[in-house]
Amino acid sequence: MARILLNDVRKSYSGNQVIHGISIDIPDGEFVVIVGPSGCGKSTLLRMVAGLEAITSGTLEIGGKVVNDLEPRERDIAMVFQNYALYPHMSVRENMAYGLKIAKMPKDQIEAQVAKAARMLELEPYLDRKPRALSGGQRQRVAMGRALVREPSAFLLDEPLSNLDAKLRVQMRLQIKEMHLRTGQTTLYVTHDQVEAMTLADRLIVMNKGVAEQIATPLEVYQTPATEFVAGFIGSPAMNIFTVEAEAGGVTLPGGHRLPLSGLPAGSLRLGLRPEHLNLAETGQPAIPVDLRSVERLGADAFGYGVIAGSDAAMTLRLPGTTQAQRGDRVDVAPDPQHLHVFDPTDGRRLENF
Amino acid sequence: MRRTVFPHRLLPWLLLAPQLAITLIFFYWPAAQAFRQSMLKEDPFGLSSTFVGLANFRKVLSDPNYLNSVQVTAVFSASVAFLAMSIALFLAVQAEKIIRGKGFYRTLMIWPYAVAPAIAGMLWLFMFNPSFGTLARPLRVMGINWNPLLNADHAMILIIAAATWKQISYNFLFFVAGLQAIPRSLLEAAAIDGASRRHSFWTITFPLLAPTTFFLLVVNTVYALFDTFGIIHAVTGGGPGKATETLVYKVYNDGFVNLIMGESAAQSVILMVIVIALTAFQFRFIERRVHYG
Repeated sequence: MARILLNDVRKSYSGNQVIHGISIDIPDGEFVVIVGPSGCGKSTLLRMVAGLEAITSGTLEIGGKVVNDLEPRERDIAMVFQNYALYPHMSVRENMAYGLKIAKMPKDQIEAQVAKAARMLELEPYLDRKPRALSGGQRQRVAMGRALVREPSAFLLDEPLSNLDAKLRVQMRLQIKEMHLRTGQTTLYVTHDQVEAMTLADRLIVMNKGVAEQIATPLEVYQTPATEFVAGFIGSPAMNIFTVEAEAGGVTLPGGHRLPLSGLPAGSLRLGLRPEHLNLAETGQPAIPVDLRSVERLGADAFGYGVIAGSDAAMTLRLPGTTQAQRGDRVDVAPDPQHLHVFDPTDGRRLENF
Repeated sequence: MRRTVFPHRLLPWLLLAPQLAITLIFFYWPAAQAFRQSMLKEDPFGLSSTFVGLANFRKVLSDPNYLNSVQVTAVFSASVAFLAMSIALFLAVQAEKIIRGKGFYRTLMIWPYAVAPAIAGMLWLFMFNPSFGTLARPLRVMGINWNPLLNADHAMILIIAAATWKQISYNFLFFVAGLQAIPRSLLEAAAIDGASRRHSFWTITFPLLAPTTFFLLVVNTVYALFDTFGIIHAVTGGGPGKATETLVYKVYNDGFVNLIMGESAAQSVILMVIVIALTAFQFRFIERRVHYG
């Protein structure tokens, strides 16, 4: 177990910078999820921690020791790969014992460790099978087992669930969470799936184009997204964000509608409203008229997709499951003033204190 | 097994015909001829022949020269196959590490394969002939009394080197392809599991290359047995004495130089049996340990 410390870590490929200085202090035992769209550099960052990619500048400490120039095997970490990377010519048992054998652990101890991990992951019946005779979920568990048996000081997972079907993914997600509670290991987990990110993380690193846009707990990220990118990326359905003109006493929405929101800095702004924070307006209440283009009924809820009347600014609404609204209807919604998100139109940063 | 249905019963045979014809004309017919001739004894002028049964075989197998040839072949083939494969594997692994100019190195590595065996033999002869060889003098200066024309061991080393050199390219090509087929993440996983480069090579890369290695083992054995004729012919001619006379070379020598057709045919039948047995052995016992991904 160990604390992981990244200090202004950067990565360039032949002069082309892809990771632009990331700093985070991960205390012992914390579960940190790195989330972002594909190509944002999240896997590269994880591979730098693992020692599979060289760090161009900045320092990386694991357990109080700078490990920038150490080989992966000297960093005392374990990693689960997206494609599992199981050794195809070895049985499940041999796969799990591989690292322990290299560490010259006594045979009976290896047996005990492998047996323990196999029990925990319900892999006992498959110990003598080769990976190709296993299902996707079983392979995934073997990959977890191989990482677990070594009892490393940090646990790195690179999109470990992305090759599984939806149902299995939920199961494994719970299992990973439970395992983390049981072992208490410092964990870095890369995913592009925001549900995994929100449910697993103690803290999130939301990355975009090699920059950590926000590092905070899942709830903070949801409630106070630091940038427009984070606001649009976290939350499902995604937040509605559009440009408004603010002046004293109110804002003008696309389509020329006015909302009496006070205290906003004057000028052009980006206003963000989550679908779940838009309620059907009562008569006389200032509202945003939305023309529905389609309605998805999910039972408990219904999602309405449309545009602000008289404009082409997209709006997603969360309506009660029993709603009668349908395609072509106009719905008046009122934003919850507690949950307004305002961003600077030039750099996308969140504006506070208005 | 899926059965493919052809529109006409003759069509599949028609499609197979060219391949069948080639096999029949270039393998079964000559093989049958050799088999027939191995039972005959011809007069020195080739005007008449008499049936002698297995006499030719009996004579060949009790001939000390033939047994010597078996031994020479075993040493030569095993050395060539082993050296050609291990050097090629080493070079392929090294070529993987090159970042800039990978293609250039690979192309250079493949060139020797395009050289005809007899030319390759001449090349080595020019380098190592004791009287005019470019590299023979430096060897002598170094205190090695280099003389493949008189020293049996030197002659053997020379043809092994020439035959190996020519085959390395071919093996290199296959090993490079084999190495590229191994997912990088496996080696990364091994690195994280604590394996050194050497350890992960022997526990991950080498076992996963086994299909390639096995294929090359079969091919190289056949190469060393048959295709090296040109090299031996150009470099040593089977000498000094009979020190480098392999089975194939002896078939040629007895049949086409000494014109003992019956015995030569018997030898080629034996050689055929040896190769079939060897290949069957390789498939039966070595392939079992090969893991196909």
